[in-house]
Amino acid sequence: MATALISLRFSVMSLPPLNKYFQAFFETLLMVGTSALIAIGLGLLLAIVLTVTARNSLYPKPRLHRGLSVTVNVFRAVPFIIMLVALLPVTRFLVGTTLGTWAAVVPLTVNLIPFYARIAQVSLNDVDPGLVEAARAMGCRRRHIIRHVLLPEALPGIVGGMTVSVIAMINASAMAGAVGAGGLGDLAIRYGYERYETRVMFEVIVILIALVSVIQLVGERISRRFDHRH
Amino acid sequence: MHLSFSKVSKQYPAPSGIVHALRDVSFTVARGEIFGIIGRSGAGKSTLLRTINALELPDAGAIAIDGLQVGGLDEDGLVQLRRRVGMIFQHFNLLSAKTVRDNVGLPLRVAGIKPDVVRKRVDALLDLVGLSDKAEVYPAKLSGGQKQRVGIARALVHDPEILLCDEATSALDPESTQAILALLRDVSSKMDLTVVLITHDMAVIREICDRVLVLDHGQAVEQGEVWRVFGDPQAPATRALLRPLQHGLPADLAAQLVDDLDGRPGNALLSLRFNGAAQPHGVSLQQLALLGPDATLIHGGLDRIRGHAQGSLLVSLPASSWQSIKASGAFGGANHGHGADFIEVLGYVPAPA
Repeated sequence: MATALISLRFSVMSLPPLNKYFQAFFETLLMVGTSALIAIGLGLLLAIVLTVTARNSLYPKPRLHRGLSVTVNVFRAVPFIIMLVALLPVTRFLVGTTLGTWAAVVPLTVNLIPFYARIAQVSLNDVDPGLVEAARAMGCRRRHIIRHVLLPEALPGIVGGMTVSVIAMINASAMAGAVGAGGLGDLAIRYGYERYETRVMFEVIVILIALVSVIQLVGERISRRFDHRH
Repeated sequence: MHLSFSKVSKQYPAPSGIVHALRDVSFTVARGEIFGIIGRSGAGKSTLLRTINALELPDAGAIAIDGLQVGGLDEDGLVQLRRRVGMIFQHFNLLSAKTVRDNVGLPLRVAGIKPDVVRKRVDALLDLVGLSDKAEVYPAKLSGGQKQRVGIARALVHDPEILLCDEATSALDPESTQAILALLRDVSSKMDLTVVLITHDMAVIREICDRVLVLDHGQAVEQGEVWRVFGDPQAPATRALLRPLQHGLPADLAAQLVDDLDGRPGNALLSLRFNGAAQPHGVSLQQLALLGPDATLIHGGLDRIRGHAQGSLLVSLPASSWQSIKASGAFGGANHGHGADFIEVLGYVPAPA
């Protein structure tokens, strides 16, 4: 019945069929999920390196720290759509093609790493220096301090930052349509914007709002579970 | 000597110029002793305490624990040293993301000790500090006094020889302060622990310390047994720090005080001070009676510190009786008939017209 209705609608108004929505939804999840997994891992690593190499920190390396910091700023300054194009050779080298969902993972990941690194860095820097001092006083080595003090104490912020990052990425993934990646954003642009199917655009936006809300809610829940500060 | 400082100096640059945190500080602490370091804010106490476990390194001078030079240890040496020296903090510095059990067990865990051994040791320490029922609770759910108990358990989990206390009771209410000080006294005697504590509160020193060092602008201005320093403070900084504990002249009397009665009737105000050296057991009432039947005790008190009674008493007596007592020689002179170590006429209060 529903299929019949959809196909009727499709034939009359040239709307995308229901499975187009599903496909776009899964493409978005795939793109965002894969990029988020890689970028959050690498971003967290970068955040730790940035934090511990700062002056007066555990492994003071001011030069390395400044170099990394400038690099992060450069990557954060470049607009995503430009990075998408600029990274084409890298994408071809890593994925073998510059088109499709997997090809979009590369620029999305590169875009997110410095973004997430800064968010996580703020949380790591916010860890009370008194806790680090107490850890040193109890005979912790520096790696113990990272593992038992910095990371667990910053965890609520680190998890909160993941939520922010994943949502920012869903947004950025709309532009990945430019490399034929598909996804919900692409569907909204192609049908809604370019073909003036306002209804498709709104439907996609409603799906995106639901997706963002669910991620935000789940993120907050998890973040709260790790937070024992109050 | 268990812990020795010789000519330790430390300075660091500040926007206002070079700050001399420590200047040629020398002292020794015996095993099992409770040693207090007192000074105003910025006197260098915190820096001094942190040089013992090398959280801060001095620019000059030497610190030794049982002959081991603290300066010049590599990371392995420092880790070993810090496992012999526990530390507790003003703001407790407990890890919010770990339960009480995991906080106390962390020093052992990072030392690579087996979990079941850690568990036993942690249980024993929580029992010692009276928090056995809070093992699985997160620190945020504890009161200040309970947090400091966790801090103490964590500091003692390696069975250290020295415990450093950084203003350990300054963030606590009076009741918790008393309880924590009692606990510190208790564990120090039970575990033959040397305690070095810093505070700006003389009451803490009086309560539990054997000896005290007074630090002022980075310099050790006075040190010795607590009763001696309390009974007869020499340095201005010591006197300033002791003032809150002393029975000064009450404001209502101070307002009425005159230098001379000019023949009018009135009372003399005498301050008698007892430093605890000549009469450690206290002040004899018979001796005080020498001041005559009209003498009145109006203010003051004695504290018994490590078996030495010291303090001050404010006495009021008619100016005429005071004149005759002075003339008869019952007062003062070489024999100190009244027993006070210092006697001072603060002034006179004229009788109401």
